[in-house]
Amino acid sequence: MLAAGCAVFLLVVALLAYVAFRRKARDSTATAETVRSAKRWIIAGGVVLPVVVLVPLFIASVSTLQSLMHDDGDYMTIHVTGRQWWWQVRYKGTAIAGDVIAANEIHVPAGRRVRVEVATADVIHSLWIPNLQGKTDLVPGRVNVMWIEANRPGVSRAQCAEYCGTQHARMALPVVAEPQAAFDAWLARERLPASPPADPAARMGSAVFISAGCGTCHTIRGSTAGGTRGPDLTHFASRRTIAAGTLSNTRANLTAWLADPQAVKPGNKMPRVPLTSQQVSATVSYLETLR
Amino acid sequence: MTTVTPRDKSDAFDRVWSDPRGFIGWLRTINNVPIAHRYMVTGFAFFLFGGIQALLMRIQLGTPENTFLSAERYNQLFTMHGTTMMFLFVIPFIEAIANYMLPLMLGARDLPFPRLTALSYWTYLFGGIFLYSSFVFGAVPDGGWFAYVPLTSKEFSPGLGLDFWDIGLSVAEVAAIGAAAELIVGILRMRAPGMSLSRLPLFAWAMLVTAFMLVLAFTPLIVGTAMLELDRKGLTRFFDVAAGGDPLLWQHIFWAFGHPEVYIMFLPALGIVSHIVQTFSRRPLIGYRAVVGSMIATGAIAFVLWVHHMFAVGMSAMMMNMFTAASMLIAIPSGIQIFSWIATLWLGRPVWKTPLIFVAGFIAIFTLGGITGVMVSVVPFDLQAHDSYFIVAHFHYVLIGGVVFPLFAGLYYWLPKITGRLLSERLGKWNFWLMFVFFNVTFFPMHVAGLLGMPRRVYTYETGLGWDLPNFISTIGAFGFAAGILLFAVNVLWSGRRGAAAGNDPWGGDTLEWSETSPPRAAQFPFIPAVTSRNPLWSGGPREGIDSYAGAMLAVDAAPTRWRGSVCVTMREARPIAVAHFPSASIWPFAMSVAFVLIFAGALVDSGWLALTGIAGTLASLVGWFWPMDSQGIALDEMRGAAGRGELPLAVHGPVSNGWWGTIVLIIVYSIALATLVASYLYLAQRWVEPEVPDLISGILASAVVGSTVLTAVLNWWAARNSRRERLGIRRFGLTVSTGLDLISVACIVLLFAYSGVGLTAAGHAQQSLFYLFLVFSLFAVLTHLAIAGTACLWTWLAPDDERGLAPAKNGALMGYFVAAGWMVTVTMLYVGPRML
Repeated sequence: MLAAGCAVFLLVVALLAYVAFRRKARDSTATAETVRSAKRWIIAGGVVLPVVVLVPLFIASVSTLQSLMHDDGDYMTIHVTGRQWWWQVRYKGTAIAGDVIAANEIHVPAGRRVRVEVATADVIHSLWIPNLQGKTDLVPGRVNVMWIEANRPGVSRAQCAEYCGTQHARMALPVVAEPQAAFDAWLARERLPASPPADPAARMGSAVFISAGCGTCHTIRGSTAGGTRGPDLTHFASRRTIAAGTLSNTRANLTAWLADPQAVKPGNKMPRVPLTSQQVSATVSYLETLR
Repeated sequence: MTTVTPRDKSDAFDRVWSDPRGFIGWLRTINNVPIAHRYMVTGFAFFLFGGIQALLMRIQLGTPENTFLSAERYNQLFTMHGTTMMFLFVIPFIEAIANYMLPLMLGARDLPFPRLTALSYWTYLFGGIFLYSSFVFGAVPDGGWFAYVPLTSKEFSPGLGLDFWDIGLSVAEVAAIGAAAELIVGILRMRAPGMSLSRLPLFAWAMLVTAFMLVLAFTPLIVGTAMLELDRKGLTRFFDVAAGGDPLLWQHIFWAFGHPEVYIMFLPALGIVSHIVQTFSRRPLIGYRAVVGSMIATGAIAFVLWVHHMFAVGMSAMMMNMFTAASMLIAIPSGIQIFSWIATLWLGRPVWKTPLIFVAGFIAIFTLGGITGVMVSVVPFDLQAHDSYFIVAHFHYVLIGGVVFPLFAGLYYWLPKITGRLLSERLGKWNFWLMFVFFNVTFFPMHVAGLLGMPRRVYTYETGLGWDLPNFISTIGAFGFAAGILLFAVNVLWSGRRGAAAGNDPWGGDTLEWSETSPPRAAQFPFIPAVTSRNPLWSGGPREGIDSYAGAMLAVDAAPTRWRGSVCVTMREARPIAVAHFPSASIWPFAMSVAFVLIFAGALVDSGWLALTGIAGTLASLVGWFWPMDSQGIALDEMRGAAGRGELPLAVHGPVSNGWWGTIVLIIVYSIALATLVASYLYLAQRWVEPEVPDLISGILASAVVGSTVLTAVLNWWAARNSRRERLGIRRFGLTVSTGLDLISVACIVLLFAYSGVGLTAAGHAQQSLFYLFLVFSLFAVLTHLAIAGTACLWTWLAPDDERGLAPAKNGALMGYFVAAGWMVTVTMLYVGPRML
């Protein structure tokens, strides 16, 4: 496609350049014959050329689209819900083991087709994983489907591609492809509730987390925090980023984020909670135990 | 063969066309030239505003994690940049050039509805100021120029910003429709005798197609923005999934407008290019018919492409493939035009003046933009490129390359006509090269950023993704491009002081505008041209064909002198058939646009009183507008018996008058609005589990309206048919009764509205929301007929002998047909529809 496009472009520009720079201009009194031949050129360039280029392109387009939308028997399903401005990710469970809810990071087994069902809880978003697949919009009232397949293990970047408000720019997430066994192990760990913190700083942090009201928006399975407006934090420490790809998940960044989320990602839905620096530090310690 | 010797031009002729003086006179001016001047200056000012917004955004994106602009400010800027460039710069600027040049190119003294042009201008100006006042009130819209719901709903955009956007835009939409009516009737009827459709200048062809597209595209947008605003006011729920609405309905309506919009901007540019190629190749364009056919085809195909803006919303492969094919198809008409220009240059002797250089730059850039356009029509590729910087690059290649470059070419071509002075060729070439080089420096790297995964509409980005360098280069380029634009301004100012006098025809052009003085006088074409070829100035001059019409045309040589008049011709052959009376300067266009602003401001701040004042003002302006004009009375006296003397008669009423054709355009607008409602109903109905069926009483009221509207239509038709004096009784009866029946229709519709309100609210469900919107629309249509037929009725009682009374009678008959037919469509949808679903 690129080559054909370049060829057509070069042809037009070359013709234009030739017309502009040829030494001797044609006689202005063009004969009827030259006008007729010029009209044939118009047909050749304006009709025949596009048809010759476009028909194969159209066929290629149709067949590629078919294979993109193709679903085969063996696949796993992941459900992604967009929120202003983060992602909830749900891994479909079985009858025995229920769904696993995580956020802001998608894990997939490498080499396996994955059916990603996308939906939105508020406005229109669009999930785009440039390395794996094009965009699919998240539209209210609909569940759209996109198919992805990572050929080899690795981390790809995904991002919201439909303007969704103030922090549209800060709505990314990593897509982690790992070997099936590693993925299974990860999913099993993700299924477990958080274990109660052992060291005193983390214990204090866990108390701050509850008393400051963080649990009204966030869930940490294994604790009393059960809010659903913000990301599930049960295994927060295992994630690569904070606030949907805004910061890498380090102690310093987390401290800055908790101290003033509005300074880091202005306009996001997490309010600035007035905490002392000790309380912030304790909460960070607690969150770091949520592996 | 006798040669007609033209009468001497009298001062009286100049005087009757001259603009009034003083500040009030300035507000009353309606001549096309001064109004077009204001349009151009205002449009260019908005172009500069939009450009400054672009520069601010480029500074922000020049480096990763930049904090020059806040997220909110950035989002406001890209919203205003897109909105400004689309609605407040390109479209009005094209209308300005058309208003200015078309009468000159067509050999007419003005376009048919000069007051409508003035109204459009003021409305556009106030709409633009309204939108920009949001900066003063700190409520700048930030929903993007596409305003997707539900982000733009009250829930997610609670401030007034989106209301500013929505309402400001509605004002600009009204202006665009007004301009379209003007252009359609003007191009079809106000031409030099002999200028048959096959001799029509290509710019006029382009504007004709564009004007139809404006009507077809902007009308749905008016309906759509009205729906959005009603939803935001909590009165309806068109886009709310929970209530049977659908946010994708907005996308369909928006892109059904938004894609044709691209070609609305592009076609006039193509028209301009064809003229420049022709003039500077020193030969007629090769493939005139093919080019005209291509423009019509482009206009038609443009309406079946819109879904390619929505490939990612989740739809069947079949649907996507269809729209891919349609999108690819448009390459053919574009290709034909490009090759016809190249062929013309090939066979001609191109003179490389600045306008032609801009055209060459346009061909190069636009070809690249067209090719990336074909690429994004391929769905698998588009799913990657969509909403990425690749798209930003693509449409700036198309819109700057395909529209702004031709507009600049056009300015370099026509400004000498407009100002009377030549621009500097040296500065012009610098101007071109700066714009051309830095355009590519700015926008080419965006292709790369997009392919590297950079999405659109992000206020910042993190480093390390490979986006830093392309963005930095783009930012540098943007300032170079801005310098190019600045140089243009310098050139215009320079030419105003130092530029050589242009003379009538600095380029050796072929079309009629070059036969008039530069700048043209207020009284254009004292001697109406008559042409026998496509390139009149290259064959026998502007009056070559005058002998064929000698007798008929003699009376309009440097005349009339007591009122403004110009010749109307038949649509295809351009045989002169009548003299049209033009209104003189008038304050009503200005007054009405002020009243519009009051209505819209009232809607913005929820003030009923403000809105009512505005409505009262609008009604008062309408009365003033349609009040019998003294000058028309003079014209009637002067022209009495003209036909008997072998001269052209005065066009007063019926198909020979412009008002009749204007009414038809109005009916087209109404029909498209109704079609939009029907399409919305059918689209949303797919989602309704149990559509509600209206009850018996509601049905009886609706049937009553069927009866009264049909009867109205028949009576009005009958009254209009009996135009002779001795049938005054029939006319009086028919018009009086049909006016009364209109009142009954109004009462029934209001009752229906009130009755349906019992037990349910419009905000309850999308079906009810649509029910009410249909009723409001029908009410509006009936009131329109009431106003026209009521005027006709007054004439029969107050001045039964005056011929002018027949104009509203006949126009009302047309409107009556529409009201009856439109109501039947409405009843079918609202009453039969739910039973069929």
